[in-house]
This record gives sequence, C-alpha cells and structure tokens, in this order.
Amino acid sequence: MLMREWLDSDASLHKCGYPFGFLDDGAKKEVRRCLLKAIAIPGYQVPYGSREMPIARGWGTGGIQITLSLILPDDILKVIDQGCDGSVNAVNIKKFYQSVADVDITTDTTAATVIQTRHRIPEEPMTDEQILVLQVPYPEALREVEPSEMETRRMHAEADYGRMWLYLYEDIVACGEISISYRYPVTVNGRYIMDPSPIPRWDVPKLHMADTIFLFGAGREKRIYAIPPYTRVEPLEFDDHRFRVEDFDGKSCHRCGATDTFFDEIIDSADGGRKYCCSDSGYCDKRMAAWNR
Amino acid sequence: MLTVENLSKQFTLHILNGKQLDACRDVSFTVPKGRFLGLAGPSGAGKSTVLKCIYRTYLPSSGSVNYESPSYGAVDLATLPEREVIDIRTREMGYVSQFLKVVPRVSALDVVMEPILARNNVTREEARERAVQLLKRLRIQENLFDAYPATFSGGEQQRVNIAHGVSWRPRLLLLDEPTASLDRESVGIVVEILKDLRAEGTTMIGIFHDHDLMASVTDDVYHIN
Amino acid sequence: MEPMIQARELTKRFGMGCERCLESTGPDQETNRCWHCGTVLACNGVSFDLYPDEALGVVGESGSGKSTLVRLLHFEWEADGGSFVIHRNADLEQLPGLFAEASHYSCNLFGLNSFQKRQIRNALMGIVYQNPHLGLRMHVSAGGNVAERLLGGGWRNIAAMRQRAADLLHRTEIPVERMDEPPANFSGGMQQRVQIAKALSNNPLILFLDEVTTGLDLSVQARVLDLIRTLRSELKLSLLVVSHDLGVINLLCQRTMVMKYGRVVESGLTDQILQDPQHRYTQLLVASQL
Repeated sequence: MLMREWLDSDASLHKCGYPFGFLDDGAKKEVRRCLLKAIAIPGYQVPYGSREMPIARGWGTGGIQITLSLILPDDILKVIDQGCDGSVNAVNIKKFYQSVADVDITTDTTAATVIQTRHRIPEEPMTDEQILVLQVPYPEALREVEPSEMETRRMHAEADYGRMWLYLYEDIVACGEISISYRYPVTVNGRYIMDPSPIPRWDVPKLHMADTIFLFGAGREKRIYAIPPYTRVEPLEFDDHRFRVEDFDGKSCHRCGATDTFFDEIIDSADGGRKYCCSDSGYCDKRMAAWNR
Repeated sequence: MLTVENLSKQFTLHILNGKQLDACRDVSFTVPKGRFLGLAGPSGAGKSTVLKCIYRTYLPSSGSVNYESPSYGAVDLATLPEREVIDIRTREMGYVSQFLKVVPRVSALDVVMEPILARNNVTREEARERAVQLLKRLRIQENLFDAYPATFSGGEQQRVNIAHGVSWRPRLLLLDEPTASLDRESVGIVVEILKDLRAEGTTMIGIFHDHDLMASVTDDVYHIN
Repeated sequence: MEPMIQARELTKRFGMGCERCLESTGPDQETNRCWHCGTVLACNGVSFDLYPDEALGVVGESGSGKSTLVRLLHFEWEADGGSFVIHRNADLEQLPGLFAEASHYSCNLFGLNSFQKRQIRNALMGIVYQNPHLGLRMHVSAGGNVAERLLGGGWRNIAAMRQRAADLLHRTEIPVERMDEPPANFSGGMQQRVQIAKALSNNPLILFLDEVTTGLDLSVQARVLDLIRTLRSELKLSLLVVSHDLGVINLLCQRTMVMKYGRVVESGLTDQILQDPQHRYTQLLVASQL
C-alpha cells in the first residue's frame, strides 16, 4: 500500500491534530527525495528546506525530520544522545515521537529498526535492516579552513581539498599528530570529504563498508547527506601519520566490565577518583542484565 | 659571410612630434669569411648604428643584412624572427660595446665564464681555466677575479668587457671601439687577441677611433660618409 | 625549437561590449574604455609564443592590462576570447611538471572546465605576486605554504613533503629552522622568497612573475632578482615576467612585449625595445627611465 493511500484510509492515524509523523506529506516527500539524492551521491550535502519543528533548531531538528519522514507505525525507534538512551535530549525527542507517531520505543540496538543518534554510533553491529539517523550541527567539513559557503561548494565541486590536507599538515607540525578528536573528516567513496557529525574517532571506522545505511540531517544548516551501505569511508590520514582511534588500554567499564567499548570518564566529585563507563548505555545495560541473569 | 645592402636607419622621435633623424643611409659592404672589416668615418656618421643594425639592437629602416648562418642558412638579419636572432646571438654572433654592460653582482670571472659555459659545451673547470687565462692575458689582477666589475676602473672594465665578448670565440664578432679607454700597452694585448681570433677563423667588423690601429688589424676599411 | 606556450588573441572585457568597442579603445584612442557602451577592454588581442627555457617580459604602466594577462593565463579570470595552448616538449620530457599528465597538453586550455584548469595550474604553473598576501597563507607555516600544492597534487607523506619544502626554502635562502613559522612573522623580502619557494614546489613548466620586486627596497630587490636568475639557470624554467620596471625586464628577459591600454603596442628583442623603441609610448617609457 502506498503511503498516501494508507494515510487517507485511516483518519485515526492523525495524532494531536497533526498528520502521522507531524510533517505534512509535502515536507516528507521533499525530505525523502533529498535522501534519495544524498544516497545516490555519497557524501554530497543536499540542500533542503528544513521545516520549523516544535523544538529549537540546533537540538536535533535535522535528524528528527529525517526520522519522521521515514517511520511507519510498525517501526521500532531508538533515540540516543552521546550514546545514552536517558539523556534529556533523547528523552524529549522520544516523547515527541510517541505523541506524533505512536511508535514503539526501545533501548536495544538490535531490536530497533530506526535509530536516531547524536554524537555516537551504537557499539553493537547493525544490520542491513536498520537505519541510523545522525543529528549534525555543522555539516561542512571544510568550514574550519574556509568560512565562505560559496567557496566550500566550489572546493567540493572541484575536489580541491589541498587546504583541508594543509590544515592536517599544520596540525601535525604543531602537535606531532592530528589533534582532531571528534568530527574527524572522512573521504566518502573516494570523492567527497564529509563531516561524519561529532562522533568520536572510535566510531569512524564503523562507517566504512557498513551493512547499515547512515543518514545525516542538519536542520539549522538545511543539509542532508548520506552514506549508503558498503561504501568506502576513509578518514584523512598520511602515510607516515595514520589515523588511529582513542586508546582505552587497561581501562574497563565500572558497571559492566567491558573493555572493548568507548568510555565516558567520570570524575567522582567527592574523592576526585576517575571511573570509566560505557558511553553506549543500552549496550551497558544489556551486558549488566545478562550478567545478573 | 655577411653582406650589407643599402642599409638605412632612420629614427622617428614621437616625443619630439615625429622628428626624423637619419642615422645612416645606403650602407653596402661585404665581409668574406675570416676577414676583418674596419668601419671608418667622421663622428656621427653612423658607424655604431651599422653595427647595431647588424646585431639587431636597432631595427633597420630599409635594406638588408644577409648573413650565412651554419644553422639557418642564408638569412636576412634585418627581418629574421626574434627567436632565431637570439639563437644566432647565442651561438654565432658576438658584440663588444664601448662600455661594459653586465648583470650587477656577478664576479668578473663569472662574467667571462658565463658565455663559455653557455655556448661552448665545456665543463665548468675547463671554462674557468679558459676565463682565468684570458683575464690574466688582459692583465686583470687575480685578486679582482671575484670582485664585481662595476667597482673596477674604466680600463679594467673595458678589458673585462673584451674578455666577455671574445671568450667564447664567436663566429662573427662586432667590435664598437673596443680599445677606446685603454692605455697603449693594453691596446697592444687586445690587438694580439683579435689577431689570434682571426687566425682561428672568426670574421670581424670593427670600429676604431685610431686610424693606425685600424690599419694594423683590419683587412679592409669601409668609409661611411 | 617549437614554442611551448602559444597564446592567441587573448581578450578580457568588463561590460557587455558593442561593435564599436574595438575602434574606440586602444593606445591611439588613449583609453581602454569604450565611450559608446562603457565596456572596459582590459586585454585585447594579445598573442605571444613562449619557448622552453625562455623569459618573456611584459612591460607597461599600471592599467595597461599586463596583470590581466597573467590572471587569464593563470585561470584566475575567465577569458572572453582567445586560445591558450601548452605543448609538450620532448626535450623537457623528464624535467618540469611534478603532476603533469599527457592530457594537459596541446588543447585550448580556456575550453576546459574549472576542475581541469585547477589540475593544470597545479601541475604546470607557478606564480609569484607583487603582494605576498595574495600568494601565501600568512598564518600557515612557511613549510605548509610550500607543501600546499604537493598536498593538492596527492602527496600523502609528511616526511617527504617536509624534505621538499626544506630543500626549496633552503634554495630560496630561508633558514630551514624557520620553516614552521608563519610568513606573517617574516620581512617583506623573506615573504617574497617563500612565495618563490611555493611557486616552485610543483616543479612548474612556466613561472609567472607579477611585479615581484615592486615595493621592495633596493638591496632586497637585488637579492630576489639574483635568486630568480640563479633558479632560472638551474631549473630550466620558462618565465613570463610582468613589470613596469625596465631594469628588471632587461636583467631577466631576452624578449619583451610592451602593453598599453590593453593592447600590445610593440614587441621585440629586449635590447632593441630599450635602444630603438618604435612606438610613441615605448619611447616615452624608455625616456622616463631613471
């Protein structure tokens, strides 16, 4: 059944006086068209008419619009913020989804069909049945080196990336290594340099040749881009200064004991001691539950 | 080797409302291979003008300068394309002016070595050796070899100038009063060098202010009125 | 020897143009602005050949179109007409053009798209501007400035790039221990030498020098000119030297074009231009020399 027919067939699908998924049909259609274009040109930023949402721009409206234009009543949603299912931003977005779409919500990465995330990619591998939607604050990877949008578009068009590389060269000269800790620029499919959103370096290799589809939405900057499944995603690196992920050698999660995940560092305000715990709370909880069983 | 036919040079001075100046008119002569032609005539008769027209520093107004070039065959230097003139200048035709005009901040030795290196296809050591011999022969003191010629006395500059002009043994050499500011002894040395060059087969055209000197070095004299 | 670069009828207009533009501008009309339609002909019908290992001078007062010419050839401005061809020279097969490819040669480069033009510029050209701010990134290290074209050309080895940058900076007499300082810290003469090092980083076929000594004091001018002369004899570069200074042209170039109001009024051997100038404007220019 087509979305259109399906929407018209049941007026009860309208929630709180809004159509299913808050956005009207035209808006959804535009976002989906932009998504198709973004998938056809991996790493290319497709401009779109970002709609007003009932939350402020810069609070995930790009990701929300992508999610809302994709979800169906049968979908199971997971929303995380810096890996955490319970942070304010994630909870509010989940409440919003429930009120305008009434879909099931989960914290289990493997159970979700669509995962919306801010600044992290879940630890558990995702399948080709799943979609990861990333909220993006600054979609332009070249913004660090060029303030003009006209100029960065020209640079992308001509693959004129010398200045981005120069930025990394200077970083190495100044710091001995590339000091970018998040928003690490990547080359997608050997063509466009892309901002992978502020995920830590830890998550960058997960984008490469993944089973999952990655959709990036920047509501404030009005850009959508995507990485289709099984696409080359290579972090910018030099022959003699390779890209490397964060080193958590010798550290483990104080809750679940994991040693192979990305950690948050927690400083105890009472005694100043340092503890580490999994940044991906859903995964940590799952491990804890299995442990307790 | 070189035949000048009805060569005229007229300057049009646009700054002075198009005033016309006749520098030389209807000059014709022939220099056979290996000969030394002297150009004589009163001051302002256009002797230097003729040399400069041959060297293409001046564009002749009319007439022709027919030259037998080994690389280009029979050519008219008055109308030859610039690139070929440059090539003939670098490989075949030399010019020694009354004044030293060299690149500033280049040592005397380098001034003389430069044309040898650029044109004679020899090693740096060989070029250096030839330049040293020539400068010594022209009685330039060895402690001046590394100095800049701009700081030299007039006579020394002129001797460096001659060394620069003859060091690479051009096929055709144009000499514009090369001995003008030299003392008698130096003039003798220069004359020796020119005679050696002639013996090696260089064809020459020269202007000398001294008639006796001209008579002693040249084979023929052409008078310009 | 065949010419390496052939430029024909280069034209740059600012304005719509009309059929009377050509007759109402030029040196004889003493203007480059058409009074019928207000169009400025910054450069009109300029043609020249440049041979391998040759230096061609372009002189003229400011506004004569000489910098326009460089901007057209360096693809900074879009030409309104004319053709620009670079021929591959068998003698120079191995020498210049670190990133050159066969497809860059023997076609009208003005017909290419901006991506291809960028590639050709990166592969075959170097430029030194009068103002170092145009040629350098003042807050990027000197070494980084030199490395930029290498990075753009696909070099991905920091050690190799630093080695090449150090070599070039050494050659242009910049102390190698200062290669990680930004040119903003350097004196004007040093900045100009960093610019030269940067221009040579890709081992170009042709180097454009746009008023490189203007604004430098005399002793610094002398050092920069000496450096250019030495590099030229070592690297077998072809130069297009744009200057209003006849002394610079005389020092560097065998052949010279004189421009005025966007047209070439005279061209010839440099010593002939200086000693037997034909055109009214050239005579004035030579007479005005100090």
